[in-house]
Amino acid sequence: MIFSLTRNELLAIENGMKREPNDVELAIFDAQWSEHCSYKSSRTLLSLLPTRGKRVILGPGYDAGILDIDNNQIITIHIESHNHPSAIDPYGGAATGVGGVLRDILGVGTRPIAILDSLRFGDIEKSSHSRWLFKNVVRGIADYGNCVGVPTIGGEVEFDESYERNCLVDVVCLGLGRRKEVVLAEASHPGDILILVGGRTGRDGIHGSSFASRDLASGSDERSAVQIPDPLTKKIILEATLKAHSNGYVRGLKDLGGGGLACALLEIADKGRSGLDVDLSRIHVREDGMSPAEILISESQERMLFVVKDEFKGEVSAIFRRYHIQYSIIGKVTGSRRLVVRVNEAKVADVPVDLAARAPLQLWPSKRPKYLDSEGSIEKPPLPRNINETVIRVISSPNLASKKWVYEQFDYDVGLHTVLKPGDSGASVLRITNDKFIAISLDGRPNHCYRNPRQGAMSTVAEAARNTIAVGAEPIALVDHLQFGNPSDPEVFWTLSESIKGIAAYCRFFDLPCVGGKVSFYNEDADTNRAIKPTPVIAVLGLLKGARQIRSRKLTRNGRMIVLVGLTENELGGSEYYRYIHEISGGIPPKLDFDRERGAQRLVGDAVRVGLLDAIDDCSSGGLIAAISKMCIAGRIGAHIELEKILSDCKRWDDLLFSESQSRFVVTLDPDNYQGLANIAKNHQIPCSVIGNVEGNKLMLTNNGDEIFSEDVYTLEKTSNDKIPSIMGH
Amino acid sequence: MDKLKVAIVQFPGTNCDRDTYHILNDVLKADVQVIWHEDLRMDAFDSAVIPGGFSYGDNLRAGVIAAYSPALGQLRKAGEDGKPILGICNGFQILVESGLLPGALLRNSGLRFVCRWVNVRVEAGNSLFTKFSENGTILKMPIAHNEGRYYAEDDLLASLERNGQIIFKYVDEGGQPSEPSNPNGSVSNIAGVSNHDGNIVGLMPHPERASESLLSPFRTTHGLQIFTSMLRSVEVLLKR
Repeated sequence: MIFSLTRNELLAIENGMKREPNDVELAIFDAQWSEHCSYKSSRTLLSLLPTRGKRVILGPGYDAGILDIDNNQIITIHIESHNHPSAIDPYGGAATGVGGVLRDILGVGTRPIAILDSLRFGDIEKSSHSRWLFKNVVRGIADYGNCVGVPTIGGEVEFDESYERNCLVDVVCLGLGRRKEVVLAEASHPGDILILVGGRTGRDGIHGSSFASRDLASGSDERSAVQIPDPLTKKIILEATLKAHSNGYVRGLKDLGGGGLACALLEIADKGRSGLDVDLSRIHVREDGMSPAEILISESQERMLFVVKDEFKGEVSAIFRRYHIQYSIIGKVTGSRRLVVRVNEAKVADVPVDLAARAPLQLWPSKRPKYLDSEGSIEKPPLPRNINETVIRVISSPNLASKKWVYEQFDYDVGLHTVLKPGDSGASVLRITNDKFIAISLDGRPNHCYRNPRQGAMSTVAEAARNTIAVGAEPIALVDHLQFGNPSDPEVFWTLSESIKGIAAYCRFFDLPCVGGKVSFYNEDADTNRAIKPTPVIAVLGLLKGARQIRSRKLTRNGRMIVLVGLTENELGGSEYYRYIHEISGGIPPKLDFDRERGAQRLVGDAVRVGLLDAIDDCSSGGLIAAISKMCIAGRIGAHIELEKILSDCKRWDDLLFSESQSRFVVTLDPDNYQGLANIAKNHQIPCSVIGNVEGNKLMLTNNGDEIFSEDVYTLEKTSNDKIPSIMGH
Repeated sequence: MDKLKVAIVQFPGTNCDRDTYHILNDVLKADVQVIWHEDLRMDAFDSAVIPGGFSYGDNLRAGVIAAYSPALGQLRKAGEDGKPILGICNGFQILVESGLLPGALLRNSGLRFVCRWVNVRVEAGNSLFTKFSENGTILKMPIAHNEGRYYAEDDLLASLERNGQIIFKYVDEGGQPSEPSNPNGSVSNIAGVSNHDGNIVGLMPHPERASESLLSPFRTTHGLQIFTSMLRSVEVLLKR
């Protein structure tokens, strides 16, 4: 076996155990002390994130964050990535990524009700490899989520050369349950028994978590580190688990994910302040001749570990038999604070839980990257000659074009929760009851983070929050996923540190708790050692009461007034326009001013509450023109925008249309409601400009009466819808 | 009068059972029960729905393994007794695989799973599920499937048309069964068919997802027509 433990870590193990560990024990430490399971490089920084709030029942550290949404109902949320497995086996890697995060939600005793995914690949217009990854990742997510019957309701897709050799596949899952039925990954009662349920343990996924904790090239035989998906078994386990749980038989529950059984055992013993004694020869395995270490660290899918009171053993087993699921009673909880592993009763490992569950912190030096010095101030690119052509190119660029090709492969309706469907708005809206709804938005802005990781990370949270506000919700929590290169590179570590500080600053100012997250390192091109752009992705969860509060980006009727909330500044650094039209990655990205952001958010929130607004969209990637065209396409109705009315210091039409200034919304309203909106805007000291009207079948831009752009909404929709299929071949 | 008992048949991998239950129980207040396929006894029920999902993971071919469940024997007998039986999506696939409905369902012509709201036109108002919808009514409902391309050979197709067994067709906004409105390459744009007697119907679209205005992009509840038609038909049958 290949171990990833460092020399210092080996020393710490020997000191802690007061003897040399054997191979089985080393395998346990290797899995648990991997970056993936231990967060040894990021733990200190992560502690900067505020995790408490009035709705937070459980923050980070368990399988999922838990939020109180009143009336004994809870929402659970978790985010996972499966980047390295997907880079090698996109179909299986993405599918098992979905499987893993579903198990986390199930692990706290809640039913998974929605999936969102955030996907990043290389340039699909140039790279057939990236097209292959993209196609198969989407198919993997679809085949798994569709079969299990959990709707994939939204997310985002971005293409950028930085991900050519290391795609990013992030999956968020939401669960719904009852407050008094929460179960945790804890084994706290000595005498309880441990039941391993579900798929057989095989040789797939061996070293999966260690594999995720280094770059892609340095291991051998990596394909065996990717697990095999089996959504049918997952669906059956899901139903059986919830059945056993609803009957009150389950005292602790843990999904088997990264690090396999070894990490699951250590975690429930550590959290439960107990010890465990298990016998591996009782486990149902897929093949003969597996070594104890292999059984312990296998990441075979579709497995759950149950902690059950001895007297309920019969009842729980009967449920598994009824669903025809395999299970093994593998051992019991002890009071010893040791994890004892046996094979046919003979002891093969005996590890102190406190030692193994806490990997020593790994400290890394940090240094501001050199590239930031060279690309800061850039020359303005030449003004494009043809406005029509430029606008159409930007709004139908692969990043901004409709993702219909993707989301039509996902069953987004199953479960009867989905109120706003993919494409309807920046956030998705789920029905919990007929007057209580959840909104969620998942976003990443690596091009801004690349230029300024702190500002970029703050803007990422702000954008996700604005998306939930734009559908009428109030943000209540977030989860983050931080994806970076090799942490031992001081420049990479600096970008991580800045990103976390940015997120933490936002959370503190807006009193928004972080209830979970993940960190993924070693995302880099193995040949050039070039790291991906710093990519924190953020999911913001919002709560919405009253069906009449729900808004979408769909323009509704002729005569509605179009208002731009906020200031449009000359902030083009890291913009989609610079990237796609001018191939510029430099420049200064938009600044996020917390006071201004809060004012804009509150303005829209207040106006929605009193019923002033019709359609709403956040204004971000692609700028004002991207927002307006999405609104026209969603509503299949035209708009006339008068550029001279936009409050801005931009002198050029391209700056004005494509600026990605923060803290802006586009809203439409009945002209009779305008005075009300203006009053609210005044209260919050936020500038608003009436920039046009909803009318006709065309999106038309004029400047002091001269038409400078005009296109049928039907043509815009078709161009946007056809982009990805034309790149993918069909 | 006793309420009408509807069985929702659950196979391993069925995943629209709870949704269908919600519409029948919470919205329509019918007497409905979710029954594990091995436990189904149709003596105790007046009608049955096989909901959507991925029975047995769509392994081998969608619906083919479930078609061998003892539940299908129960449903065959109930069908002969004239009880209404509805197959939605995977339920339709199971009914076709078991021979309770004619034709075959093949892989979508686009070779991809398709989830989309479509227009479905009621073609024959004499089935127990369309009795209370007028012919030509257009229902907005979503589809979500991988293997929904209805296929029948020319002779069979002619006899289905003759007997009024073509119940639903995919149509465009103007109500025409055009090529672009056909989401999966089904022959003659067929979205649902019935058996000869009209008491067994299968369709690929999901009426249970189109039964509450909140969840419809068009604020419609067209799916309810199919369920209420089923419930009223049972009422009529029982009175006889």
